[in-house]
Amino acid sequence: MKQKNIDNIIALSNDLRWQIGDEFHDNLAEGIYADAAEIVKGAVHKENGNKRLRLDAKIDKIVTSKVWGFPLMFLILAFVLWLTIIGANYPSAMLAELLLNTVHPALKSFASSVGMPWWLDGFLIDGVYLAVAWVIAVMLPPMAIFFPLFTLLEDFGYLPRIAFNLDHLFKLSGAHGKQALTMSMGFGCNAAGVVATRIIDSPRERLIAIITNNFSLCNGRWPTQILIATIFIGAVVPSSMSGIASLGAVIGVAVLGICFMFLTSWALSKTVLKGEVSTFNLELPPYRPPRFWKTIYTSIIDRTLIVLWRAIVFAAPAGAVIWLISNIHIGDLSIAAWMIDSFDGFAFLFGLNGVILVAYIVAIPANEIVIPTILMLTVLVTGISGGEGAGVMFELESASATGDILRAGGWTLLTAVNLMLFSLLHNPCSTTIYTIYKETKSTKWTVIASILPVIMGFVVTFLVAQIWRLFL
Amino acid sequence: MEVKPKSACESCAHFNEAGLKKLGVNTTAYDHVIALAGNPNTGKSTVFNALTGLRQHTGNWPGKTVTRAEGGFEYNKEKYKLVDLPGTYSLLSTSEDEEVARNFILFGRPTVTVIVVDASRLERNLNLVLQILEITDRAVLCLNLMDEAKRNKIEIDTRSLARDLGIPVVPTSARFNEGIPELIQTISEVASGAIVCRPHRIKNIPKNIENAVEELSEEIKKEYPDIPNSRWIAFRLLEGDQHIIELLKSGEFEEYIS
Repeated sequence: MKQKNIDNIIALSNDLRWQIGDEFHDNLAEGIYADAAEIVKGAVHKENGNKRLRLDAKIDKIVTSKVWGFPLMFLILAFVLWLTIIGANYPSAMLAELLLNTVHPALKSFASSVGMPWWLDGFLIDGVYLAVAWVIAVMLPPMAIFFPLFTLLEDFGYLPRIAFNLDHLFKLSGAHGKQALTMSMGFGCNAAGVVATRIIDSPRERLIAIITNNFSLCNGRWPTQILIATIFIGAVVPSSMSGIASLGAVIGVAVLGICFMFLTSWALSKTVLKGEVSTFNLELPPYRPPRFWKTIYTSIIDRTLIVLWRAIVFAAPAGAVIWLISNIHIGDLSIAAWMIDSFDGFAFLFGLNGVILVAYIVAIPANEIVIPTILMLTVLVTGISGGEGAGVMFELESASATGDILRAGGWTLLTAVNLMLFSLLHNPCSTTIYTIYKETKSTKWTVIASILPVIMGFVVTFLVAQIWRLFL
Repeated sequence: MEVKPKSACESCAHFNEAGLKKLGVNTTAYDHVIALAGNPNTGKSTVFNALTGLRQHTGNWPGKTVTRAEGGFEYNKEKYKLVDLPGTYSLLSTSEDEEVARNFILFGRPTVTVIVVDASRLERNLNLVLQILEITDRAVLCLNLMDEAKRNKIEIDTRSLARDLGIPVVPTSARFNEGIPELIQTISEVASGAIVCRPHRIKNIPKNIENAVEELSEEIKKEYPDIPNSRWIAFRLLEGDQHIIELLKSGEFEEYIS
């Protein structure tokens, strides 16, 4: 009986739909607009024109113009990065001084005073504590600067304009225009960028955005890029130009990352993730002066600390592993030395070396500890003086001292260039991999998102190394 | 002995600050569910934060809230659970965020739906408001971003707006916490039934469509006498909304609305 009534209702609705024709949707929408216009006429009084809207339009004319849109975007990106890099130096140095040069020795002497066995003290203090301390010292300051700057731009209303500017390119590559927003977010942290892809409705385009987010150079990788560029790229030009050359090289790598992002998006959308580009309305919101302090506060609480916490959770076990592999011996050599030896030949093909590959394997949890691990392992295998002992990560006060150690470890300009490329093109950190899994709930896509960039990294560094050796 | 008539102010409801407790994410054992709907970029998340004391991240880009965010507050010993819906321009299409918002207002049975609109872009925002008023008869219009409207020299006669829409209208500038006490008071009055809404129903529809809607709506009312939004269901059926048709066929519709 009930079922019959319901069937009747549906049948009636089908009949009526035929009777009123296919204008229904439009008629209804028009009706709503007409009602809205009537109501507004009675209730709203506007005083001649909208000065503010005109100002908004003027700003938009510049920031979304064909001529100025792109240069302005790069300029703002460069400015944000510059502020992040320069600004992070001082607090990073202070944190390093506190956590590594004050607290670490204090912990060590405490451990020896209570008679802790060397392996426990090494495992806990040199391994776990040091990795966590590194992550905090290197990661916290740039994030505490980058995220608020990003949030200020966001609150001001600039991000949708970036999406507007890049929309055409995203459409060409078969991806969603809102990917511009998640990509920008990735420059801060890929894990945050992956979470941000929730704004993309279509599952196909969301997957593309998730898989390609890793091509946005994240906070953990900026310091590596900057350090290596300063030591090796800055050195090949006259010293007056070295600052600009190294900053240029770093921005070059970032832009290369954007190119790879478009290329991969395009390739994915033409092969495994085929489909229509979905259209969407992007309202350019009015510019709003951000509420400065509130923005700073919420972005530090919401983004910086959450991301930092996750990094710490993953870095602690990595520190333990690093300490273990350099202190457990098989025969005469530590596990780390064995690994480095066996990787060396393979790594040569890619213009890298065994130390770098081992460092990238053990530093999967956090990109921040790549450079300290490389230094520690280089000292371990070359046996040159310096460093703090087996399994103890360290970084040197000056870039030139770091350069000396690396050169002693056999580094050339090619090693440096390829390390920068490999730092851009390798698997996402474990925090990001975990986030990808949480967001996609799919092992398959998590694996693809993790493996694809490494494969690309090997291909690119291989080509660069072969061509380099052929011509130089 | 002469009994003086009480002044209107003594009996009139006003905000009781002592009765307010912001509960953050603690939403257990609530008395009322409040849905927060509105166009993208009208400051919905800011209103949400102002009401709950939470600091959900807000950003000046449309579509920031993708999943439903929930929070709560307590006012005059009643607990309110607040659900921040994704911002949408309309409820008539099939995209995921519109579906989330539409289904929640339709089947989540919020006690009150607060519709947040941008005061300087009222006409465009009313599109969504008028659709929501077809679905629910307990709503409050939160006329947000009044500071911007003032700067743009836009004056809004909130009384005539409230009369035309048939729901209470509260002007706010949530970024500066202005109007939030009044909003809370109004929500509580609609929730308790002290304010009864007579929501606007869409008028400017061609006669033949109006007749079809009427006919279908009557049939729906016969089957489900208690639903307040038979007209909206009729709209959706005429539109050919597969989701609603499926729900009707499988009988789930009945569960949802009871």
